[in-house]
Amino acid sequence: MSETAAPTGAQADVAALVPRLLRICGEDGVLTDTARRRTYESDGLTHHRAVPGVVVLPTTADQVAAVVRLCAENGVPFVPRGAGTGLSAGALPHTEGVLLVTSRMRRVIEVDVENECAVVEPGVANLDVTRAAAPYGYYYAPDPSSQQVCSVGGNVAENSGGAHCLKYGFTVNHVRGLDIVTPSGEQVSLGGKSPGAHGYDLIGAFVGSEGTLGVATRVTVGLTRSPERTVTLLSAFTSMNAGGQAVSSIISAGVLPSAVEMMDALAIEAAEKAVACDYPEGAAAVLVVELDGPAAEVDAQRAEVTRLCEEAGAFETRTATGADERARIWKGRKSAFAAVGRISPAYIVQDGVVPRTALPEVLRRITELSAASGIRVANVFHAGDGNLHPLVLFDDAEPGAGERAEEVSGAILDLCIEHGGSITGEHGVGVDKACKMPRMYGPDDLATFDLFRRALDPDGIANPDKLLPTPRLCGEQPGVRRGVHPLVESGRAEQF
Amino acid sequence: MTLAGEPGTDDRAPRRGTGADAVGGLVPARVARPESTEALGRVMAAAAREGSAVVARGNGTALDWGGLPRRLDLLVDTAGLSWIEHIAGDLVVEVGAGTPVAELYGVLAAAGQRLSMDPVRAGGTVGGMVATGVSGPRRLLGGALRDLVIGMTVVRADGVVARSGGRVVKNVAGYDLAKLHTGGLGTLGVIASVALRLHPLPPALRVVSRATPSHEHAERALAELRRSTVVPSAVELDRPPEGPGHLRVVLEGTPDGVGARVAETARILGGDPEVADALPEGWGVLPAEGTLALVSVPPAESVRAAVRVGGLSGAAGATAHVTGSLPAGALYVSFPPGAGAEAVGAVADGVRSVPGWSMTLLRAEPHVHTAGVDLWGEVPGLPLMRAVKDSFDPRHRLAPGRFAGGI
Ligand SMILES: Cc1cc2nc3c(=O)[nH]c(=O)nc-3n(C[C@H](O)[C@H](O)[C@H](O)COP(=O)(O)OP(=O)(O)OC[C@H]3O[C@@H](n4cnc5c(N)ncnc54)[C@H](O)[C@@H]3O)c2cc1C
Repeated sequence: MSETAAPTGAQADVAALVPRLLRICGEDGVLTDTARRRTYESDGLTHHRAVPGVVVLPTTADQVAAVVRLCAENGVPFVPRGAGTGLSAGALPHTEGVLLVTSRMRRVIEVDVENECAVVEPGVANLDVTRAAAPYGYYYAPDPSSQQVCSVGGNVAENSGGAHCLKYGFTVNHVRGLDIVTPSGEQVSLGGKSPGAHGYDLIGAFVGSEGTLGVATRVTVGLTRSPERTVTLLSAFTSMNAGGQAVSSIISAGVLPSAVEMMDALAIEAAEKAVACDYPEGAAAVLVVELDGPAAEVDAQRAEVTRLCEEAGAFETRTATGADERARIWKGRKSAFAAVGRISPAYIVQDGVVPRTALPEVLRRITELSAASGIRVANVFHAGDGNLHPLVLFDDAEPGAGERAEEVSGAILDLCIEHGGSITGEHGVGVDKACKMPRMYGPDDLATFDLFRRALDPDGIANPDKLLPTPRLCGEQPGVRRGVHPLVESGRAEQF
Repeated sequence: MTLAGEPGTDDRAPRRGTGADAVGGLVPARVARPESTEALGRVMAAAAREGSAVVARGNGTALDWGGLPRRLDLLVDTAGLSWIEHIAGDLVVEVGAGTPVAELYGVLAAAGQRLSMDPVRAGGTVGGMVATGVSGPRRLLGGALRDLVIGMTVVRADGVVARSGGRVVKNVAGYDLAKLHTGGLGTLGVIASVALRLHPLPPALRVVSRATPSHEHAERALAELRRSTVVPSAVELDRPPEGPGHLRVVLEGTPDGVGARVAETARILGGDPEVADALPEGWGVLPAEGTLALVSVPPAESVRAAVRVGGLSGAAGATAHVTGSLPAGALYVSFPPGAGAEAVGAVADGVRSVPGWSMTLLRAEPHVHTAGVDLWGEVPGLPLMRAVKDSFDPRHRLAPGRFAGGI
């Protein structure tokens, strides 16, 4: 395995670049004073912090290219940043580098209904694409819970998904065109309104590259026709096993719900305390299933899903068709993370994936881990695709509790790997999981990832020390979060 | 590489190549048939030591795709890499590159599942299908082939075996290198196996079709289908040289649900269309002979593009059959065997002159190659593609010349 190339000794002092950065981005586009730079010291994974050498806020692709070219000429690293909601410290600044923030590139350039696509700048918030498309009966399908805030550029970099990616896929399935600035500062246009670009699928490889292959400066995304009907079901079970069984039967019956979400007793309890979601009493597990599509299909599927849940042992199933009723069902699910933050002084959010058939076994092992360590784990997850988001609860005032929580959280990831899953389903590798990569991939696999990275970034200046393990990195602590996430608290985001 | 197996292994010795093994007129000196991914790694490592140029062969149904290789020393036959590991409960299959596509589809169908895309060639292998990377008409719901590949094991030019992705659908760990190899025509590595996302077979399928009376009708129907909420899996135009051709709309769903969608689709198409509950014979399969091209355009311009291809061909004294997915803006243009290079070139130039349109010659007949017709046109991002090639295959030994820009 090879390491990410560190910037060479030729690296210039970032402060020396400031006059030229000012010429490129203007007075209001360059932040140098410490207090303002400090506001960018972390992304959504707040315990990783570094104050950026300088912050630039370009407004055009030309400015981005000029900034990156300047970095390339001087061997200065740069870190792209969108809205900073990432949960793997992917946008963690470089103290000797340029933080390139896209927040002033927020134009929806075009909504092209005839071609079912939108062309946007990278700083546009995910939800703003849907807002722009809604009047025409369309929406932008990838819906991370942070969608009110997170940027399309960040979504591209993380290949973000949401509760509805079970049916509609991730960001990569919706990007048709990308303008990028390469790590050498060149502007390249890939694809466009036609869904099939030719040559190597560089768009497919750029999506999910976490800012290590350059900066996306313009994105053409496909839009999805709003479904004729949407129905949300809430099914309550007396055991997680029964709930898991229902998920399996629904999927293998050929029904493809747009979302299948599951919560365990602890998560339900927290949600009840926080938002009084009024889920069926005595439920050890609830399943939220959403169906959408042509009305006749949805009606047929809804009957079938209800039957399958009953067969699996559901003691109550509620169905909601109106927007308000559906929102009530989602309320408990969507508030679960914030709610857990209220019943525990501190917690770690994990993001791992297991094959769906391994869910019952993995959940059982998580219960055992929890019992053996005395650390409580609440489970709220995307059951349809096996994407777990266990919340490992602990009291940081208690000596040693944090370490034990980290052990449990790490052991859960080990379970994912052991069962042939993944160390991340949506939050990305970033800094946080770079050191876990060797658990999932062999040295040759990692070296091959690095070959690709170096093909586009031979000098290693694009978001260095992210995504692939380096010795410098691999002593960091996994993510600990205290209380409620600030974005959730301010009502600007729901979690996961 | 000598004509002995690798010492210390059970590897079978490569055999001498014959005329039947030729690719683009080049007869390989040797043909190896590794029986495992590791053996493939050894074969490739030996080829690297000797500086041999390598082309992989599945069932040989698409060896004539892309540019002519400039050099060929070793042909790697993937027939020994034929295995299927179907994890039915997870709707995932991992499959060896040499597995016949028909066998894979058979195994999946027996379990009530499928890979939800239509292969464009009969008789191919999974590795060949992925390396050529194109998809037939049913791509509007599950996506195209690239959207269904969730993991891949590739043997690099230097013999190193590397995996990316995995066996779970949701996974963002590491670069998605499989995207580069899908459609890469074997120029970045030899695909050893792929993991694919599956879907259950839909309980009900209907094909609503009619001869379209005019292009205006086809255009109107496409626009109205887009505005509707019938959610088709495919909207195909099949336009023979005489035009204006047939429209076929595929609807998949439940027996109870599909009826209303059929009625609405029939209303949109008008003229009392035919409704079948099975796909027509040869659905999605493109002609096995003659020059074949893929035209990509913004979806709303699909019908216009089909008409323009017809017009350009006629003007150049050739005939062209156009089929393809209208909402995906992906049209296949089949020229009959023997169609002149000049005509093919004229159609390509005419299509490429429209902003936002592209035309790639997927398979050109020998005389089209000889005439020097440009298979690719302008490829945005070509310098980046070269950089990727240079890092994966620095000595340009993998099917050199087959890809865009002589890659
Ligand atoms: C409350 C909450 C809920 C969340 N829910 C979900 C969820 O449901 N699903 C999900 O997938 N994620 C979720 N996330 C994670 C996060 O929102 C996503 O990863 C999101 O896509 C990040 O976007 P951003 O604009 O905030 O990117 P940032 O955090 O600013 O950056 C993320 C990465 O992208 C790179 N980057 C940013 N912009 C560009 C660009 N223009 N070009 C190249 N690289 C760039 C950065 O370098 C960094 O590596 C959640 C986060 C929070 C805080």
